Amino acid sequence: MVEALNSALHEEMGRDATVVVLGEDVGVDGGVFRVTDGLLDKFGPDRVLDTPLSESGFVGLAAGMALYGMRPVVELQFDGFVPPAFDQVFSHISRMRNRSQGRYGMPVVIRFPYGGGVRALEHHAESIETLFVHTPGLKVVVPSTPRDAKGLLSSAIRDPDPVIFTEPKRLYRAAREEVPDGPHTEPIGKARVVRQGDDLTLIGWGAMVPRMLRAAELVEGKGTSAEVIDLRTLKPYDEPTVRSSVERTGRAVVVQEAPRTLGFASEVSARISERLMASLEAPVVRLTGFDVPFPYYKMEAWAMPDVDRIIKAMRTVLTW
Amino acid sequence: MIIDDYEPLKGRMFQVLDRDGKLVLDDPGLDAELLKDMYWWMLYARMADEKALKLQRQGRMGTYAPSRGQEAAQVGSALAMRKDDWAFPAFRELGMYLLRGVTLEHNLLYFMGDARGNLVPEGVHNLPIYVPVGTQIPQAVGTAHAMRLGRKDTVVVTYFGDGATSTGDFHEGLNLAGVLRAPVVFVCQNNQWAISVPRARQTASMTIAQKAVAYGFPGVQVDGNDVLAMYLATREAVERARSGGGPTLIEAYTYRMSMHTTADDPKRYRTETELQEWEARDPLRRFRAHLERRGIWTEEWQRELEARATAMVNEAIARAEAVAPQSPEDLFSHMYAEMPDELREQLGELKRALDEREVEDDAEQIQGGFP
Repeated sequence: MVEALNSALHEEMGRDATVVVLGEDVGVDGGVFRVTDGLLDKFGPDRVLDTPLSESGFVGLAAGMALYGMRPVVELQFDGFVPPAFDQVFSHISRMRNRSQGRYGMPVVIRFPYGGGVRALEHHAESIETLFVHTPGLKVVVPSTPRDAKGLLSSAIRDPDPVIFTEPKRLYRAAREEVPDGPHTEPIGKARVVRQGDDLTLIGWGAMVPRMLRAAELVEGKGTSAEVIDLRTLKPYDEPTVRSSVERTGRAVVVQEAPRTLGFASEVSARISERLMASLEAPVVRLTGFDVPFPYYKMEAWAMPDVDRIIKAMRTVLTW
Repeated sequence: MIIDDYEPLKGRMFQVLDRDGKLVLDDPGLDAELLKDMYWWMLYARMADEKALKLQRQGRMGTYAPSRGQEAAQVGSALAMRKDDWAFPAFRELGMYLLRGVTLEHNLLYFMGDARGNLVPEGVHNLPIYVPVGTQIPQAVGTAHAMRLGRKDTVVVTYFGDGATSTGDFHEGLNLAGVLRAPVVFVCQNNQWAISVPRARQTASMTIAQKAVAYGFPGVQVDGNDVLAMYLATREAVERARSGGGPTLIEAYTYRMSMHTTADDPKRYRTETELQEWEARDPLRRFRAHLERRGIWTEEWQRELEARATAMVNEAIARAEAVAPQSPEDLFSHMYAEMPDELREQLGELKRALDEREVEDDAEQIQGGFP
């Protein structure tokens, strides 16, 4: 996935001279995960900016550059270092188009790795997508495959509005597939049915997608056919894809790595319950992380929904 | 050079006029038309501000943040900018706004709770008001940096108060500006009070200007109630930025003669004596005395300007009060370049709710049966 993201940055920076990359260690070092590798050599220091360690400062800097017609792609180094920048995102980037009555758009992409499962230090394994989904004016994208990572990042860079692009760091090296050479985009706001099935629908995003797929394969052998939806974009939410699946299966499990309360799984569950009540054979089940800070790595396996728990949640909706 | 001569750690404030409007330095030789402009914009801002306060008191406008006492800091600095330079405001810069072409009508609409007040007119390079304190600072640096990358000779001027110098964004923004040598001028209107907290409780530094030293660029403390000093210092800082010399921090030493906002009562935290002391340094009175000395100011000219300002203020109020009501569409407009289905649906929900309204007040009874 890292190579796919890197390829999207190379393509988009080559295509559009207003695209600039900035953040901590994105230049000489190529980013701590190497997502920005080679950009400095190819595009030079005016377009690849190593910033001071100053999250609010350089996210604000990106906002100011966007006001002047540039398309900044900001890398925040880890999920746990996003909060200092939140004020700039919440108070300005998300609402500048609205409050300026359309005069100033904010074509900013803010990328950061999120999530656990890589034995990281504390503050390096958080899932905080909900904070941005809850903020009016943003788009929130979470790829789960290299192909989508490239296509969605390219689309995010071309998007006229601010996009929060969260990258499942657990899949940075784990997810491998052939990715199209050259320009490649995937639509923002469209979910993808990654596995078809008839008995229930598993809905999730990011690092939960491979786990849902694995769980679906295991129950297939027991005679249960599970459909798996990768939302890919949390905002705007692709209601039609979820609707047509759940109307058919009548059962849904929403899987999320983030803590439970008010997570995006709650929103998906509420929408299904509000709108598809007549189709439902069982209440929607949310399978989530717990309402605790993401633990140090010795306990991290407990904090994340795994294949076993996904199968148990499937059983719950099938036997209700 | 002002900026070199008034190195902030020496504790000297740059001043051209004394309290009585007498020159304390050599005559800077500014054009009489420019001097007249300075006085006009200060007077217009003062009269507009007074009227805005009245509108709020009469219930015709919401909470308002008066600018009284800071006209010289705003007008002097803004007159040193070119039209194609960009200005990032906080929320107490009426004089700068009017001068740069964001009309009084816009200002009134904004404080009347109408979002259209934020629609900056075409060709005016100002940002809408920034309410969260200090947040405009890194953005101003970003725009300035983008100008430099684009090899433009424009600059950015950003405004904020003494309270903002305690925020992270002030420090992060100035640090970035220093590192990037961005063409930006920071104008801190040190008006001595952040609501009820005095300047001495914001920072233990002797001056605000000296904070620039730590970021590797110059700072200068300027008498913010002296429009000539503000003009000359800003002009030099702007030209320095324009010619690739990097950022400057200007501390405009001034005073908020009115309340923080109309929701605030300054009697709770500051003395009448202090206010009177600053009344004696009123920037308008002082500059008027100077112009009188120069033979520019006359009673007749004053009456002329006042009549013109009154007419302009009244027209702006009439236009702001006559603006067509907003529609439910306006609540959802400009969220994204294209409205997503989600919002279209929510807009429909609001419109239906308004069309089918049954209960206008919580105390009313529901008509007919329920459910």
